[in-house]
Amino acid sequence: MRGKVRFMQGNEAIAEGAFYAGARFFAGYPITPSSEIAEIASRRLLKLGGYYLQMEDELASLAAVIGASLCGVKAFTATSGPGFSLMQENLGVAIMAEVPCVVINVQRSGPSTGLATRPAQADVMQARWGTHGDHAIIALSPASVQECFELTVRAFNFAERFRTPVILLADEIVGHMRERVVLPEAGELEVLERKRPRVPPEEYLPYQPDVDGVPPMSDFGSPYVFHATGSMHDERGLPNNSPENARRVIRRLHDKIYNHRDELTLTRGFAMEEAEYLVIAFGATARAARKALRLARERGVRVGLLQLQTLWPFPEEVVEGAAGRVRGLIVAEMNLGQIVHEVRRVVGWDRPVVSVAKSDGEGITPDEILAGLEAF
Amino acid sequence: MSISSLQAFLRTEALPHFWCAGCGNGIVLGALVRAFVRLELDPTRVVVVTGIGCWGKADDYLLTHAFHVTHGRALAFATGIKVVRPDLTVLALMGDGDGATIGGNHLIHAARRNVDVTAVVVNNQNYGMTGGQYSATTPAESCTSTSPYGNPEDALDICALADAAGANYVARSTVYHVRQLENFICEAITKKGFSLVEAASICPTHYGRNNRLGTPTEMLRRLREQAVPLARGEVGGDRIVIGRLVEREREDFNARYEAVRRRAVEGGRLG
Ligand code: SF4
Repeated sequence: MRGKVRFMQGNEAIAEGAFYAGARFFAGYPITPSSEIAEIASRRLLKLGGYYLQMEDELASLAAVIGASLCGVKAFTATSGPGFSLMQENLGVAIMAEVPCVVINVQRSGPSTGLATRPAQADVMQARWGTHGDHAIIALSPASVQECFELTVRAFNFAERFRTPVILLADEIVGHMRERVVLPEAGELEVLERKRPRVPPEEYLPYQPDVDGVPPMSDFGSPYVFHATGSMHDERGLPNNSPENARRVIRRLHDKIYNHRDELTLTRGFAMEEAEYLVIAFGATARAARKALRLARERGVRVGLLQLQTLWPFPEEVVEGAAGRVRGLIVAEMNLGQIVHEVRRVVGWDRPVVSVAKSDGEGITPDEILAGLEAF
Repeated sequence: MSISSLQAFLRTEALPHFWCAGCGNGIVLGALVRAFVRLELDPTRVVVVTGIGCWGKADDYLLTHAFHVTHGRALAFATGIKVVRPDLTVLALMGDGDGATIGGNHLIHAARRNVDVTAVVVNNQNYGMTGGQYSATTPAESCTSTSPYGNPEDALDICALADAAGANYVARSTVYHVRQLENFICEAITKKGFSLVEAASICPTHYGRNNRLGTPTEMLRRLREQAVPLARGEVGGDRIVIGRLVEREREDFNARYEAVRRRAVEGGRLG
């Protein structure tokens, strides 16, 4: 990549990624360990012609983000566990009303206030199922400062492409670490915009999907007058509670994401070719896993790493394919075991899968991952 | 005012509306639509945000841009909309449960922030849609489906709250005083900064029945008797003080924000 080489923090790279993707609105509520993102947004957005709003709580923060996005402004918020819990309510609105937006969750250790300054990866299932009702969600997880930047851009692209909220599940380690990053020039990374109506205003229906399941989106204040709603609705955005309509809407909201899993699946493989054993990890844990690979090799054991950048929808095909070539799998994550259940579901319960799970506010070490090998 | 001018805002094909016979909501909807016509608003440049509750269904009957959101959060959504599109007319339609109970915190901060949004709060003194439970504005001692032996809590004065939080315009009328209500809505929309109009209303189906207040007509008559113009200076009891309660000239949020932006761009404080 060309571009400027910088030394920066993960949270800073997330904010820069958002601005690169065209985000011009941030609303949030301060919370450790994500507050740097708000602070940077408060400084930079003023000069970029955008808006920073500090709301009264995280409910209001995501509400304001959704409101701004309905006016055609790319918008995001950043939080951590307790705030992410409050955002679940309006996350559902963004899903149902189909409003693109990005929610950054720099994960810390819980439950409740928990260990406010310590890392965790324990909101994986909350990201998937935290808001009530049947729904699909997209969640990405960065493992480096560079990925903080690039996956934030991707998060906005997915949000715009699929008219849906996207969660960036970072963790305190990645959010607060500083390392080298190459900031791409404008135009170097793809930046997507939402689809616009192609019919005259009087024919526009805000919830009439194209063949890809995604309806074109107009802005509040444009001649394309429309109703957006978090309630069950027909293609006009007006109430329709019939079972046929509900079935169609819930199915479409699910399928518009799940039918595009190939587009949404982002993974990285390390030393997977000749590997006898495979580590599956994401976020900061993937960094420890890379070190574990080298240590294992020194001891003559061939271990590969599959790093999941996309957590939801779960990269089933990639995991299945990679698992078929090895004798055993290790799933490492900073929680008591969340993604491991997805892996077991996909590879089958008869395959040897070891869970390296840790939930004490400390990162997983390479040695702890290697110790998982002893189970085989 | 011609029918056709009202039809620019009213989704007549959605009528008859879903509210109970004798409900005050239709009266407020009428006042709102007439206010839109009188102000010669362009429906493509109006955004109505509604919360959850009987009055929160009002957007179903409007031809403006609309956003039907979560219970209590309408003002927070409206804030995001107004901040990025200061040129649009943005309203939040909420009931007393929605706007002042579950949404009380957002009401305080929308008023404090002085964002140029108009809140039209219909106060029917209970949660109508869920079956008539008590809300923050249910009078003490009165009966609801969750206070069958009398409400142990005192009622919140929505207008006093908006005043204390710094709203630029606060007014109260009732669904009996229809012309006044319409005038206040017009003034509130025109006023820069946060404005709130409380419409004291009736819910014959639940609050009325639970407290043996009689027919909708009798409830309206009672509302007329309870209402006291501000100038009379009478307060307390079951009186409802009506009138223009607050008029301030604080700069609205967007104006303040642009002043801060100028400072940032010119390299002022904290550059
Ligand atoms: S329940 Fe009460 S507030 Fe709701 S529509 Fe009926 S009368 Fe009106």
